[in-house]
Amino acid sequence: MLTKKQIFTKGILAVAPHMFSVIPFGIVCGAIGIELDFSPVLVYAMSIIIFGGASQIVFLQLLSGGASALIAVTSVGVINSRHLLYGAVLSEYLEKLSFIKKLLISYLVVDQGFAESNKFFQKNKNETHLHYHLLGSGGTLWVCWQISTLAGIILGSFVPEELGLKFAVPLTFIAIVVQDIKKLDHVIVMITCGLSSLLFFDAPFKSYIIISPIIALFVAALVLRLKK
Amino acid sequence: MTWFTIIIAGIITYLMRMTMVALVDRDLLGERVKAVLAYVPSAVFPAIIFPGIFINDYGTFIEMNDPKIFGAIIAILVGYFSRNVIATIISGLFSYWIIIFLL
Repeated sequence: MLTKKQIFTKGILAVAPHMFSVIPFGIVCGAIGIELDFSPVLVYAMSIIIFGGASQIVFLQLLSGGASALIAVTSVGVINSRHLLYGAVLSEYLEKLSFIKKLLISYLVVDQGFAESNKFFQKNKNETHLHYHLLGSGGTLWVCWQISTLAGIILGSFVPEELGLKFAVPLTFIAIVVQDIKKLDHVIVMITCGLSSLLFFDAPFKSYIIISPIIALFVAALVLRLKK
Repeated sequence: MTWFTIIIAGIITYLMRMTMVALVDRDLLGERVKAVLAYVPSAVFPAIIFPGIFINDYGTFIEMNDPKIFGAIIAILVGYFSRNVIATIISGLFSYWIIIFLL
């Protein structure tokens, strides 16, 4: 049985490598906000209030492009709706927590933290203090996101666009799913999702980001049925 | 006004994070749903990966000789064999930079 501290540390170490992507993306995110002429305080406050990289950028781009507040809010909601799926997966492991603790830990659930903690949970179902892994992974991502968006706000236009730092985002997620490409069922689900996301890319409110996972999960259900 | 909008967007985002963890009893989900949920990472992340590679900042498809495709292939190969997250990200970024800056 691992101690709370050991599990917490494992959570930190599990997401630490993803900083090679999170930090550049955070810098880009802060810099874009300044470039679009929003006040530094406002751009930074989003990292605390929303705490979701892609949705923060889309939100500012929409508002600066003259879109209504309703459209901006809807887009953020649609982009971040994938967290409903993360929550559904994680709930199994967080079941025993008190209601208050569930409310607090939810704030820290983000893509990479979910992915790495979920991998740990699957292998260590019997540990008692599982949620400390999520605290370690989510907490680390939170701190780094704050620092890197702040850095982007300060650096602003000094961040060279030619570097294409946004490309670090798909790479970090490739690292997360790449071991599953040896499993045919997962490959089918991944390709379904990927192709759907390109097909529905122009759907309103960036809804491709939730439409394609739903299609892919239906395919997953079919695959499961065929396997039996 | 912008502040108000951000706060609403933040509350909605938080609700998305919290609902399934805190409000929905997991026993409501049947065994089949739970089995399907095991595919969530494979069903969600490609929706971030594919557009991040194949669609540019202006929302249009890239050319098939775009350096991002090369970078992604390198990252997949390095990631698969090294099982190392840092190596995956760095190899992808560097191979991308080598093409755009040196070739």
